[in-house]
Amino acid sequence: MRLKRHTLIAAIALSSATLAGPLQAQTLNIGVMGELASFDTSQVSGGVWESQILMDVYEGLLKENPKGEVLPGMATDWEISDDGKTYTFHLRDDAKWSDGEPVTAEDFVFGWQHLLDPKSASKYAYLLYPIENAEAINTGDKPLDAIGAESLDDGKTLKVTLESPTPFFLQLLTHYTAYPLPKHAVEAYGKQWVKVDNIVTNGAFKPVEWVSQSRISVEKNPEYYDAADVSLDGVNYFNAEDRNAAISRFRAGELDIIRDYPSSRYQWLKDNLPDATHLSPMLGSYYYVLNNREGRPTADERVREALNLVVRRKVLSEQIMAGSFKDAYSLVPPGTSHYDVQHMDGVDGDYQERLAKAKQLIKEAGYGPDKPLHLQLRYNTSDEHKKIAIALAAMWKPLGVEIEMTNAEATVHYQTIQQGDFDIARAGWIADYNDAENFLTLLRSGVGNNYGAYSNPEYDKLLDQAANTQDLDKRQQLLQKAENVALDDYALAPLLFYVTRNLVNPALEGWQDNAEDDHPSRWVSFTE
Amino acid sequence: MLSYTLKRLLQAIPTLLIVITISFFLMRIAPGGPFDGERQLPPEIEANLEAAYHLDEPLPMQYLRYMGNLLQGDFGPSFKYKDFSVSELILQGFPVSLEIGGLAILLALLLGLPLGVIAAIRRNSAIDYAVMGTALAGIAIPNFVIAPILALVFGVLLAWLPAGGWNGGAWPNLVLPVIALSIQQIAYIARMMRASMIEVLGSHYIRTARAKGLSESQVILRHAIRPALLPVTSYLGPAIAGIITGSVVIEQIFGIPGIGRYFVQGALNRDYTLVMGTVVFYGALIVLMNLLVDLAYSALDPQIRYD
Repeated sequence: MRLKRHTLIAAIALSSATLAGPLQAQTLNIGVMGELASFDTSQVSGGVWESQILMDVYEGLLKENPKGEVLPGMATDWEISDDGKTYTFHLRDDAKWSDGEPVTAEDFVFGWQHLLDPKSASKYAYLLYPIENAEAINTGDKPLDAIGAESLDDGKTLKVTLESPTPFFLQLLTHYTAYPLPKHAVEAYGKQWVKVDNIVTNGAFKPVEWVSQSRISVEKNPEYYDAADVSLDGVNYFNAEDRNAAISRFRAGELDIIRDYPSSRYQWLKDNLPDATHLSPMLGSYYYVLNNREGRPTADERVREALNLVVRRKVLSEQIMAGSFKDAYSLVPPGTSHYDVQHMDGVDGDYQERLAKAKQLIKEAGYGPDKPLHLQLRYNTSDEHKKIAIALAAMWKPLGVEIEMTNAEATVHYQTIQQGDFDIARAGWIADYNDAENFLTLLRSGVGNNYGAYSNPEYDKLLDQAANTQDLDKRQQLLQKAENVALDDYALAPLLFYVTRNLVNPALEGWQDNAEDDHPSRWVSFTE
Repeated sequence: MLSYTLKRLLQAIPTLLIVITISFFLMRIAPGGPFDGERQLPPEIEANLEAAYHLDEPLPMQYLRYMGNLLQGDFGPSFKYKDFSVSELILQGFPVSLEIGGLAILLALLLGLPLGVIAAIRRNSAIDYAVMGTALAGIAIPNFVIAPILALVFGVLLAWLPAGGWNGGAWPNLVLPVIALSIQQIAYIARMMRASMIEVLGSHYIRTARAKGLSESQVILRHAIRPALLPVTSYLGPAIAGIITGSVVIEQIFGIPGIGRYFVQGALNRDYTLVMGTVVFYGALIVLMNLLVDLAYSALDPQIRYD
């Protein structure tokens, strides 16, 4: 077995350790978009705001620096076997839970088993499926101890075996599904271990109070190995679902950070609070699903191409959305690691030429004044989605396309489009982890999130090849080739890339915009 | 009176049962389920979820299970807020909503009733027009407009009061939400009081009272106000039940941990147990308030007696 040492990552760790020097002790007030579902990571519902809280109180084998780059966390170093299927992690000696108990490899095995246990009914259990037998455990076909994770050396070493080489596995370990659970506390308190009075955590902060729907308070965890470098005394996460109201509270000085301010306020904020207003690219794609199912007008590639050709994406991003989105010509967003942004053919040249070509395509597909093309567009109810839908209907009008718009609350919307009852449907995807595969799976045959039922054997084959390719450059080529296959088929209509929108008190240090939009509070401090 | 109260409480049981049953099945008829979202889950995970919450059982079975738990006072766990049971959520949020709602109703009565009486006495005068004009505006402007304006003016621009937050119910945090919540109620009550006062002032017994030579203030205070309160009282029953169970708008704008938002979010999230919990709670409260209204009637109007 040849060993690879991750000296580069260790170097980044050293350099960022100096970022957050202890300054004046303070409490940070963050406005988050919703309520945490649970401190039990297997019960989390998937909101961006939930990972903000969880990453402050827990720490996985790896953690992130302010730029969203991966650093050693509970593990100081690790080895990867030549076949890419075995990872051996060495845990730090001073890894402790907030009650002083050591964090062991056993806590990781226990946490992952708990997540995969069918009885936990975890929504995000599938993120751990790269681990050997994880899927079989989750479906109840194998017992919990069949998991490909083993505690060695008295819990100082964690050996993880994968189903197949998974190049993004280290990225995945920063996600909350891969956090450890305090086995001793769960055994002591049973289901009540998550209650604020009982809970112990291993991150930079520990929960101290939870007023449902109002505020979660955490305070610095003195047992944290890096506690001396954590500047904040504590953090309050205020539930700020009404984001306009949150802006008032920010202006009144009651909140230091607002995660995800409304896009409609971007211009105003930029003009009035320029130092506090942050906007930067994010790993998220806003697109329209085109229904590839037999019998739908959009099953015809010419129709899909024509629809794509006449979308004026710059108008959409800069005028309709006032700069609060970036125009997109592909599915995988910029900022994705080991990936170059691809480009759909012919969708941003001279508008008149594009229009003429699109008209021709529609005619060839058999539509015209006698037989107008009638399409059903569905979106989930929101002002933003409505604006975009209206703009697109107007852009498609010169083609003689009649758009019938239907909106429904999100639950109904997604259920309807999963059943295939639409021609065009609004969808969006925010990356779970920083890897192109996370987006490209959306177009794989038979995958649940492939709402448009796009299917191309060549595409699937390329993704399979990439999944078994260890070499990151070769893998990148395969993934990019796959995306181009789908873009050449006009499988969907890419429209916009999401951006992170945060309001940040200019007196804060240690906050950096990043594509993951992950901002661990442990790096943040107040300047004098 | 006591036997009447007991009878009414017994009658409430079938009413509540019907409400619970209809809500239970209506909730299940609504398209989508608690675990449908932007991301479709792998089938095995969906199966795990459904098994964990007994959603894989036939609907009648689920209904019986729910009713069985309910009889033992167990509303079940929330589907969405998993660290809390529905009972915990309601018990934690209701005192907050009750405090804000109760203060808002009190303020509405203290301002609305006198304004209505004055407007009625000075009918068609400048005062009347001013009161009724303001009341009309109060009814017409929804609280999702008033609340952010209050927060902006008093919280941000003048910085006299917090723009939001609960802070354990400290009084500065109460002021704006209570005002925002009461404005519409002040307006309703003032208009209702004025109309009913005008009607009472035109009745025969008021003419008789005046003919006996009573002073105008005696006529109004001793003879007119009490009967004029009847329509306001019957309005107050359901209104109080509605207000003390919180307002999703006020709670979200001011970041208040009440239970109003559960009515809306529970339904949108298809959080079946939370919706049922709020429905049962609200239903019981309505029944109780209506009973109190009827009892208040007999106190206000000697013609109404319950035996």
